[in-house]
Amino acid sequence: MSARNDTIFARASGPGRAGVAVYRISGPQARLFGSTLSSRAPRPREISLTTISDPTSGETIDRGLAVLFEGPASFTGEDVVEFHLHGSRAVENALYEALSTLGGRPAEAGEFTLRALKNGKLDLAQAEALADLIDAETVEQKRQALVQLDGRLSVVAERWRVQLLGVLSALEADIDFPDEGDVPAAIAARAGPVVDILLEELRSYLSDAARCRSIREGISVALIGAPNAGKSSLLNRLAGSEVAIISDQPGTTRDVLIARLDLAGVPVSLADTAGLRDTHTDEVEQEGMRRARARAEAADIRIGVADAAVGIPRETLKLLKTGDYLLWNKADLGVAVPRPSPAGLTVLALSARTGAGVDPFVEDLARAVGALCGSGEEAGLTRIRHQRAVEEAIAALVRARTQIETAPELAAEDARLAARALGQITGAVGVEDVLAEIFSSFCIGK
Amino acid sequence: MKTYDVIVIGGGHAGCEAAAAAARLGAKTLLATHQASTIGEMSCNPAIGGLGKGHLVREVDALDGLMGRVIDQAGIQFRMLNRSKGPAVRGPRAQADRALYKKHMQAAIKAVPGLDVTEMAVEDLIIKDGRAVGVIGGDGTEIQAAAVVLTTGTFLKGVIHIGDRRIPAGRFGEAPATGLSGRLYSSGLKLGRLKTGTPARLDGRTIDWAQLDMQHPDAEPVPFSFLTDRITVPQIPCGITHTNAETHRIIEENLNKSAVYSGSISGRGPRYCPSIEDKVVRFAERNSHQIFLEPEGLDDPTVYPNGISTSLPEDVQDAFLKTISGLENARIIRHGYAIEYDYVDPRALFPTLETKDIPGLFLAGQINGTTGYEEAAAQGLMAGLNAARRAGSGGKGECGAITLERSEAYIGVMIDDLVTCGVTEPYRMFTSRAEYRLTLRADNADQRLTPRGLDFGAVDAARAEAFHAKQRTLEEALSWGRATTLTPNEARKHGLSLNQDGRRRSVIDLLSLPEVGREALSHIWPQLRGFPPSVVEQLEIEALYAGYLHRQHADIVAFRKDERLVLPADLDYAAIPGLSNEGRQRLAATRPLTLGQAGRIEGVTPAALAVVLAWVRKNPSKVAS
Repeated sequence: MSARNDTIFARASGPGRAGVAVYRISGPQARLFGSTLSSRAPRPREISLTTISDPTSGETIDRGLAVLFEGPASFTGEDVVEFHLHGSRAVENALYEALSTLGGRPAEAGEFTLRALKNGKLDLAQAEALADLIDAETVEQKRQALVQLDGRLSVVAERWRVQLLGVLSALEADIDFPDEGDVPAAIAARAGPVVDILLEELRSYLSDAARCRSIREGISVALIGAPNAGKSSLLNRLAGSEVAIISDQPGTTRDVLIARLDLAGVPVSLADTAGLRDTHTDEVEQEGMRRARARAEAADIRIGVADAAVGIPRETLKLLKTGDYLLWNKADLGVAVPRPSPAGLTVLALSARTGAGVDPFVEDLARAVGALCGSGEEAGLTRIRHQRAVEEAIAALVRARTQIETAPELAAEDARLAARALGQITGAVGVEDVLAEIFSSFCIGK
Repeated sequence: MKTYDVIVIGGGHAGCEAAAAAARLGAKTLLATHQASTIGEMSCNPAIGGLGKGHLVREVDALDGLMGRVIDQAGIQFRMLNRSKGPAVRGPRAQADRALYKKHMQAAIKAVPGLDVTEMAVEDLIIKDGRAVGVIGGDGTEIQAAAVVLTTGTFLKGVIHIGDRRIPAGRFGEAPATGLSGRLYSSGLKLGRLKTGTPARLDGRTIDWAQLDMQHPDAEPVPFSFLTDRITVPQIPCGITHTNAETHRIIEENLNKSAVYSGSISGRGPRYCPSIEDKVVRFAERNSHQIFLEPEGLDDPTVYPNGISTSLPEDVQDAFLKTISGLENARIIRHGYAIEYDYVDPRALFPTLETKDIPGLFLAGQINGTTGYEEAAAQGLMAGLNAARRAGSGGKGECGAITLERSEAYIGVMIDDLVTCGVTEPYRMFTSRAEYRLTLRADNADQRLTPRGLDFGAVDAARAEAFHAKQRTLEEALSWGRATTLTPNEARKHGLSLNQDGRRRSVIDLLSLPEVGREALSHIWPQLRGFPPSVVEQLEIEALYAGYLHRQHADIVAFRKDERLVLPADLDYAAIPGLSNEGRQRLAATRPLTLGQAGRIEGVTPAALAVVLAWVRKNPSKVAS
């Protein structure tokens, strides 16, 4: 049997011991394998209890559930059988051996998705979204991946494609059919407003791109402040575990420590940094401070932590930007919060040691993080690849816009480049598409 | 038995170029046609060129073909289309005097050394060991050859439709070649059916020209051929009129009598050349369509009403023509008709236009599903060159295939489109088909292709000399234009205001500025006037497109990388694991020669290409060379 027709199988649920594990079999012989191994043949789209046994020895492998998805209405587009069995190593080994005996082959990583892609069940944006969904750690990530998987970016990109087709057909009709009574003299000028609309939309998606990517890639938050202000205590409090070593000794944290949090469904990497001071420092601490400043600079949100009894050092204040936080720590020691508060910052008092005031702070931070990410429900440019393509298309369309009237052949050249760039997100715009659009819009044939 | 190197069947535009090209390469060539007096006949609209098509004629000329020189001696209305747009999309076009065109084409054919013409109805091919090795005439005469080029146009099972009448014929009044058609059917080549149409011909003496708008020729006609200095044929205008609501009413009421709409035609027609019935039905919201009234000759009263081809019955044609302004009393010389004919799926061809399954047999022109004299001529030329190579002739003792890439010629674009994608309607060239349109211009066809022609051995000494002389001047002008500079300060002294950035600008830089023209610069550098206008124009184009040509060149380099990844023609796509069924079928139908070509097949995805490439790399042993 040639390899392209083969039937593949793999555990679809996560590896290791588990109460239930899902095994997926896909390919032309999936149905045959399913009925050979089960006490009753798996039925289409109906889950049923069955006994799985080895086809040669007749020995029972396990008892569980089985279902058949008939191609092409299945995930891969081929016939798919799923067994829901116990997640034990022994069951898995026995099942794999049985399937291999029948002529099946263990699937390679991503092979089910690849088959889905090849059979037209997914486009590239959807396949990427599926990979994201499987990797999703947080609720917002999951929601975004589901939206992309649903093809919403593909829908948007298809709209862009149609608009671009309109631009190209106007320009090409002007170039290739100037002698036709039915092609108006000012036809090329019609492309201008369409380019404007398209540019506006592409730009708005691009400006949202950073937000969309942050749902996928997460938000970075940096704790900064003087030594012994309580940054590491706060980190441990927020992370709910002893990530950082804490002591009363100033300068205990010398490198950047990172805890991963889930705030309002968005993954947040919270960085604890070395305390900032300018006296009595050794070389290692100097390097730690340099890294702290760099981290603060690169973070989406900075949290300045200060000891209310000590006040906020200039060194810390300098790094904070509008919208960042200033936390007066050690509120439990009863020191009054210094006034007035620096403008543009959210100022709160709390105690990392006792936990007082921490919940209101976390709620506020979650809101701020959410605002940076937007909702995961809109289609967006979640990958650098998408973003680059849109940037390239925008640059080309801006050039095209200025030349529509003066040099339609150059405007068309740039519009083609834009089409090629956007084609990386979804389908391409071919010459035949443009000609079909022209011949259906205009009566050509002098 | 007589023996030739190459036999060309058919004396149309493809056949003439094929025969002349084969002979230029030194092949002993025979042009076999039904009737020698119809060589060079323009059976449809008597015009040459246009957008994309004009580019093809220039390319044929750059390779020393005949069409450009002949139309320059026969054109009665020269117009450069898109004159107001950039040079890349300007296309030369000319109305022809049919009689003059035929006369000069026949003279050109007669003047080709090593080319014989014979009148014979070829009824069959001689096939030996699967190869085409000659032809058999209707009277049983056999002639041998190393290669045969078929350029039979619409003669294959041609059927003319007028209303409900059907007349088997190639062209009006000529018999179709059913025997050859049978041979092609039995040879396993895939054939399909197309249709096209032609309008009634009118007697110009009965047209009321006074009430019509006129379209005038260019004041200074620009020749097609790089060898023609100037056009000496008298230039005349065309008339313009329009259909109207009454015309459309008559057509609509009689639609059921149209061969196209009564369902008696199965072939697909061209979307860009619809019949007037099609126009009225498909664009029902339009109440008028433009008609060009094109004289067919200086001494010929026949007028070709361009835009109203039809297969309606004669009486309906009479009725609707009378409703048209200026044609109220026009006498019809011959009625319009639709013609259906067979074509060979061009995916059965190598890019040399040799059939994959019958070595030695080449196909060119309308038989490959194209339309237009220019498309036919360009294919004929390439098929003729390759047939001569097949026969061991030509070009510094070489015997390899002669092909042009998409990145170097419209000819390359067309042939690649044909052999890669096949056709679904009669294929016509448009500039939008060329992805390297800014590079592939009508004005630089000689710079692009004459050196290639010289390598092939397809260019004669006279053209070679003219070409080299022009190139020397051009190179001199380009290096002068790049090296000659001035500062913004100096420019100001000459009355040009530039950015005072202290940067020196070359003549070419200055020509790229819209506010600085050739005239202004001639005042600063009088030597600019010393270069021929065509050479100065090249400097201007260089200036205008500089940035774009640079990027296009980078694209071409990337394109050629994929073109160099050769796929074996006999690759068994069924044996490659991981290909989707659709991808496998499409690849097997075309059997692409390079990875680049595979990627241009509709429905072949990047994923499929990766699978093919990986398999070819992993299994070099299974891939026969």
